[in-house]
Amino acid sequence: MAHEDDPHGLDRASYQPSSGTAVAVTDPVRNPELPPHRERMTDKDPAAMKRAVRTIYTLFYISVAGSLWAVAAYMIFPIESGEIPAIRDNNLFIGLGIALALLAIGVAAIHWSKAVMSDKEHTEARHPTRGTDATRAGAVAVFEAANEESGFGRRTVIRGGLFAALIASILPAITLFRGLAPENTPERPNAGNPVYLLSHTMWKPGMRLAKDPEGTPIKASEVTLGSAVHVIPEPLAELSHEEGYLEEKAKAIVLLVRMLPEQITETPERATWSYDGIVAYSKVCTHVGCPVALYEQQTHHLLCPCHQSQFDVSDGAKVIFGPAARPLPQLPIEVDDEGYLVAQSDFTEPVGPSFWERH
Amino acid sequence: MARQTKRRSTGRRSPWAATALIGIGLLITGGVYAGASGAMAATEPDTATATSLTIEDGKKLFQANCATCHGLDLQGTENGPSLYGVGAVAVDFQVGTGRMPLQMQGPQAPQKPVQFTDEQILAMANYVQSVAPGPDFPDPEILDGEGDVARGAELFRINCAMCHNVAGAGGALTEGKYAPALTEVSALHIYAAMVTGPQNMPVFNDMYLTDEDKRDIISSLLYIQQTESPGGFKLGSLGPVAEGLFIWIFGISTLIGITVWITAKSN
Repeated sequence: MAHEDDPHGLDRASYQPSSGTAVAVTDPVRNPELPPHRERMTDKDPAAMKRAVRTIYTLFYISVAGSLWAVAAYMIFPIESGEIPAIRDNNLFIGLGIALALLAIGVAAIHWSKAVMSDKEHTEARHPTRGTDATRAGAVAVFEAANEESGFGRRTVIRGGLFAALIASILPAITLFRGLAPENTPERPNAGNPVYLLSHTMWKPGMRLAKDPEGTPIKASEVTLGSAVHVIPEPLAELSHEEGYLEEKAKAIVLLVRMLPEQITETPERATWSYDGIVAYSKVCTHVGCPVALYEQQTHHLLCPCHQSQFDVSDGAKVIFGPAARPLPQLPIEVDDEGYLVAQSDFTEPVGPSFWERH
Repeated sequence: MARQTKRRSTGRRSPWAATALIGIGLLITGGVYAGASGAMAATEPDTATATSLTIEDGKKLFQANCATCHGLDLQGTENGPSLYGVGAVAVDFQVGTGRMPLQMQGPQAPQKPVQFTDEQILAMANYVQSVAPGPDFPDPEILDGEGDVARGAELFRINCAMCHNVAGAGGALTEGKYAPALTEVSALHIYAAMVTGPQNMPVFNDMYLTDEDKRDIISSLLYIQQTESPGGFKLGSLGPVAEGLFIWIFGISTLIGITVWITAKSN
């Protein structure tokens, strides 16, 4: 039963912890009281007070000077040429003037309150938060009278109407915000389906691998040992920004590297995904989606600059260090009749970081 | 009494004097550094091929200084790679930046003071090129810095900036390796690095980045080297980390100082 886990009976109701050797103190926290009032130099010495007063009004006039300087700087350093050094000088000197003006006001005000204004300590005792019984009864009476006079409790039809109106007033906002979300259209049948959009990229079977940013297709013979080529799908270069250039590019970017075929470790099912030592991997980190492109050609390691995940490109881009959860997705490639590198298919798994249907 | 007050008030101001001194010191250091780095930028080496040293001299220099690791016939040993086909421009890069001869084995060969004269380097380069040819010195037009700076900067951002930083300030790689800063590298050595892919840098061959692409990239880097930063201190062009660190150290310590002053009792 309960005592099986509690051989010393510490859970029993009558248990009292021992006070040990501690000595009970009647008033463990003493009221420290106010420290004795210490007179400031400005209270004791009229000359010091005079000096403090002089400092304060001097600071106020320095502030005036700063403001005037800012106005003057606006005229002395105009941005007429539109060149960056002119803008820099204009901003710098106006800003110094304004900063001096505001800072001097602040410093003067604080110095005024610290050195010149009275610094006598006053004690204001706390009072209980709870009101007196009479106050509380009065408040209840006010509520009851209000309820009686307005009929809020009695006229249930009006009350129901008020609740309905308040609830309905939220509906336009919901409708408007929902309207911001993309919807499926005949031209873009999956635009409203985020899981589909996150799971597919622009790559299609037979699509040529092309150089970023110009979109020139790449021949297998052009990729020499030790090189790293930054790749986009060939049709991407023709997309405009309105047609989703950046959205498509963010998903479809690929890093292409070549090493000696015997340096590559491949699983049997992926043996046909590379071409003569050329492998293509998604450039989107599986951690939080930074572009992974720091390729070391001697170690074949790929480093993500954001959180230092490392992938071994010679071994299926498996994670060898860092927070990334999965290897980078591999793009299956082959060579077409003219010797250009083409994709065999889209990526076979979603690129980039985890989302609600991809862990 | 008045004298004592004076001394005490001076004592209270001294931390501000220290802060001001640090600030002035930083401004001067930064200013001198900015001026000096601007002045030192872009020292073009003389790539003229006229030399009084022959390939035979280059061979002797190679055998005396390089053959221990790279082999008497460039075939390589277990301490150093074969140099077949690396080309003259690779020799110029490795020796001309002081990376070779290697001081000791490590994650990466660092830049050191150059050990040979330009003539000796050229002789060794010509020797290596004569044994097994590879990339040779480029057309001077590629190095002239007159290319399309904007296009070069875009190509640099796509192909190079992830390691070398968008402003060419360099960056860290794995296990002690790093991508060096490009702020003082000559046009020829930038070209050589792209063509030969020294150490862990990938190769950017002429089919991937054409001569025109390389000319544009070199132009954009020379532009960065030669153009003064219009926005004030660059803080090493390292981006948000350096700027954040600066504001943490100086901005927040200033705020703490002000807070202490506001809450302190007046004397």
